[in-house]
Amino acid sequence: MFYKHLQKLSIIGLLCYTSTSLIAGEVHEFTLDNGLKLIVKEDHRAPVVVSQVWYKIGSSYEQEGKTGLSHILEHMMFKGTKKHPPGEFSRIMAVNGASENAFTGYDYTAYFQTLEKSRLPISFELEADRMRHLVLTEKEFAKEKQVVAEERRMRTEDKPISFMYEHFRATAFQTSPYQNPIVGWMSDIENYTLADLQVWYQRWYAPNNSVVVVIGDVEPQAVLALAKQHFGPLEPSKITPPHLRPEVEQFGTKRITVKLPAKLPYFVMGYKVPTLTTIAKENRWEVYALEVLAYILDGGESARLSKNLVRGQQIATSIGVSYRLFSRLEVLFTVSGIPGNKHTVSKLEKAIQEQIKQVQTTLVDEVELERVKTQLRASKVYELDSHFYQGMQIGQLETIGLDWQLKDSYLDNIKTITAEQVLAVARKYLIDKNLTVAVLEPQSLEKNPSTKQQSVTGEAH
Amino acid sequence: MKAFTHFFGSCLLLSGLLLSHFAFAIPTIQHWQTDNGVRVYFVPAPDLPMVDVEVVFDAGSARDANKPGLAQLTNSLLSEGAGGHSADYIAEHFDNLGAELDNTVSSDMATVSLRSLSESQLLQPALEMLALLLAKPAFGKTSLERIQQQMFTILKYQQQSPDDIGKKAFYRAIFGTHPYATLPEGTLESVAALTRDDVKAFHARYYVAQNAIITIVGALDKKAAEKLANTVASQLSVGKVAPLLPPVAQLNEAKSIHIAHPSKQTHIFIGQPGVIRGDPDYFTLYTGNYILGGSGLVSNLAKEIREKRGLAYSVYSYFSPRRVAGPFLANLETRNENTTQALQVVRETMRDFIEKGPSEDKLKKAKQGITGRFPLRIKSNSNIIGYLSMIGFYNLPLDYLHTFNDNVEAVTLEMIKDAFKRRLNLDKLVTVTVGDKNP
Repeated sequence: MFYKHLQKLSIIGLLCYTSTSLIAGEVHEFTLDNGLKLIVKEDHRAPVVVSQVWYKIGSSYEQEGKTGLSHILEHMMFKGTKKHPPGEFSRIMAVNGASENAFTGYDYTAYFQTLEKSRLPISFELEADRMRHLVLTEKEFAKEKQVVAEERRMRTEDKPISFMYEHFRATAFQTSPYQNPIVGWMSDIENYTLADLQVWYQRWYAPNNSVVVVIGDVEPQAVLALAKQHFGPLEPSKITPPHLRPEVEQFGTKRITVKLPAKLPYFVMGYKVPTLTTIAKENRWEVYALEVLAYILDGGESARLSKNLVRGQQIATSIGVSYRLFSRLEVLFTVSGIPGNKHTVSKLEKAIQEQIKQVQTTLVDEVELERVKTQLRASKVYELDSHFYQGMQIGQLETIGLDWQLKDSYLDNIKTITAEQVLAVARKYLIDKNLTVAVLEPQSLEKNPSTKQQSVTGEAH
Repeated sequence: MKAFTHFFGSCLLLSGLLLSHFAFAIPTIQHWQTDNGVRVYFVPAPDLPMVDVEVVFDAGSARDANKPGLAQLTNSLLSEGAGGHSADYIAEHFDNLGAELDNTVSSDMATVSLRSLSESQLLQPALEMLALLLAKPAFGKTSLERIQQQMFTILKYQQQSPDDIGKKAFYRAIFGTHPYATLPEGTLESVAALTRDDVKAFHARYYVAQNAIITIVGALDKKAAEKLANTVASQLSVGKVAPLLPPVAQLNEAKSIHIAHPSKQTHIFIGQPGVIRGDPDYFTLYTGNYILGGSGLVSNLAKEIREKRGLAYSVYSYFSPRRVAGPFLANLETRNENTTQALQVVRETMRDFIEKGPSEDKLKKAKQGITGRFPLRIKSNSNIIGYLSMIGFYNLPLDYLHTFNDNVEAVTLEMIKDAFKRRLNLDKLVTVTVGDKNP
């Protein structure tokens, strides 16, 4: 029902400190005969369970003209099966005290419930039912298109910064499906048909294209038995992923200006960089070094951009770095921000470029490296406080085709990164050839500045 | 697990009945005062090697008096220099320890929170710095100007957000001359006028032991928690508790406000002053509102607006209790052309609910849902400390969580009908619309 970019989460990274696996409870992995993968992680702190069903399907699988199809299908998954009429899924969840929702990403679609632990069978029964027996009707589809259009207006079109980001991504990526918004372009939302939806559902919703992740106060063998009971009878499908269309090589900086009614200017620059999935195994250190670089620049209040540009030179009032290394395709390493009230966007860009030049020419301090590693070690413990996030890590890795166990070796990989390696990736990837820059140039919010903005009327009804 | 071996169709609906009572430990809150009179609330959580601490002052934006933005500015400046240390030094100190510092201001509360690993060589230095910045902030000129600039940026951001524009107008309309009428960010004019003397005076008056509580959840025992609280509170002067806030006046008439904004959707806010935290009607209104607009896709509002008509993505209502009457708000956004229809449906849904009340069946399912969800309220340290701070700040009974489900179970149809009739007056609703077309 909602989609998330999850940039904040991925900046934190999916790291794991070795000793935390002892605190965190064991992870158990099973595969049913029909190909469904079940991953159970015990967390006995409270009598609750998080159940997440992940599908290896997201907006980056979509074809032109059909963008957002995965997302609207996610909405339609609440619209009933042969056994349960539209709306009943949510009614059953509500009466059982479940907190439930779903989200669509570039690389996955996931459905989740948090429940009192003895109610896990309710989740499994209903999720298994809608995995194979969804009933799609014109009536529900027509309404849901309206709902999704409203969602797009609310989240993107009426938010100048989000709207600008959509144009930024579409400019940066020329052939990669990451150029399209997860929610889809408005004309696609208006135009896809029930048959499109039916095909998409048939093609991707099958036990052998899903991963069920369970975190909580449960006993793994009992969860396995329950999964066999509910998901076991489902027929697998032949899953043929689409031909992967890679991003073409870029040959120089792209720049756009986005003029929208707004009050604040906004600046974003993004370099195309590899991810854990796109890089050759022997070069994986590069991805970890990019992650460390992101932290050196923006891993807390003491990191370079906050220290130098927000507090020191006061050129920015806010600034952020984003790098989603757990993605299926090449992504953008972005630096974005709002210039201080007394500064221009171009001054902010220059200041950011100077900071980047710094990391390309001078080795980062050992103290900074050490700080990043301490922060990551702590954040590995803090994230264990969230059942949901623990499941999120596993589901994300699995759906982009990586092993969930990567999260356990991850901090060890980060720990090996040296100042020289950080400098090397900064030099190799943060270059003009790979760069896209977008600027939001605010336009007046008033159609006719002379008319009165506000009207008040007394009213009885 | 055995009870669930056979599950088909509507049998699922029964499971809530079978399981409405759980046997598990609801955290028992330990409560005491520090040497200088700060009230402390503590729940041990031994499983993860971490500690959460929140220090909450009765120093929210309701204390701004005639200087909107002052509470926020003061709170934001705490970590910008204290006890002879610079902002850079403080930031590095916490980051080097892997500790996370956060501060927030709401209408009632000014909060500073710390999350740290429980290893004492990491925790202790973090606590000592926390104590310093609560009691000895520098309020330097450069920092003050920078945070003012940052607040201007936030205010400008809000001017391009129809949601924020609407929220501000809504609070102004329902709270009138009460301090709740302005939000913590203040206004461009009021923030520009704030001075270092204002901030110093505000801090001296409100950031004092008698006006504070400390809440702790984490891997430590009572003795260590006592020491922790004394460390954090040690440098605060005793001071005095903040005075009572004035009561919120009820509205005399209905009011509709439209604000033109070049957005594709119109944001709709409908409401009135609602309830105080600890209000005797609270559980009745909470349970009733769960049915009206507080239960996601299954609420009456969601069913009428989204599920039947596809008019909005998000629609809900809530009573948000505060010290002296928080807002009741029903909120949605729909494309400009549909505004009139959406307004009509929301009003009809509210009228229908207030006049007829919910059905017996709906109330039963609401109670099952709310009570069945109880374990989710206390599933993590974050959840638990949220309740601790609320219970401590508003002086709610320490068994608030233990009696939560009983309070919900005690609600009857008659209580809901009676309370909604008394507490929501359909003839005196405020309606704010922000969008491209005046409905």
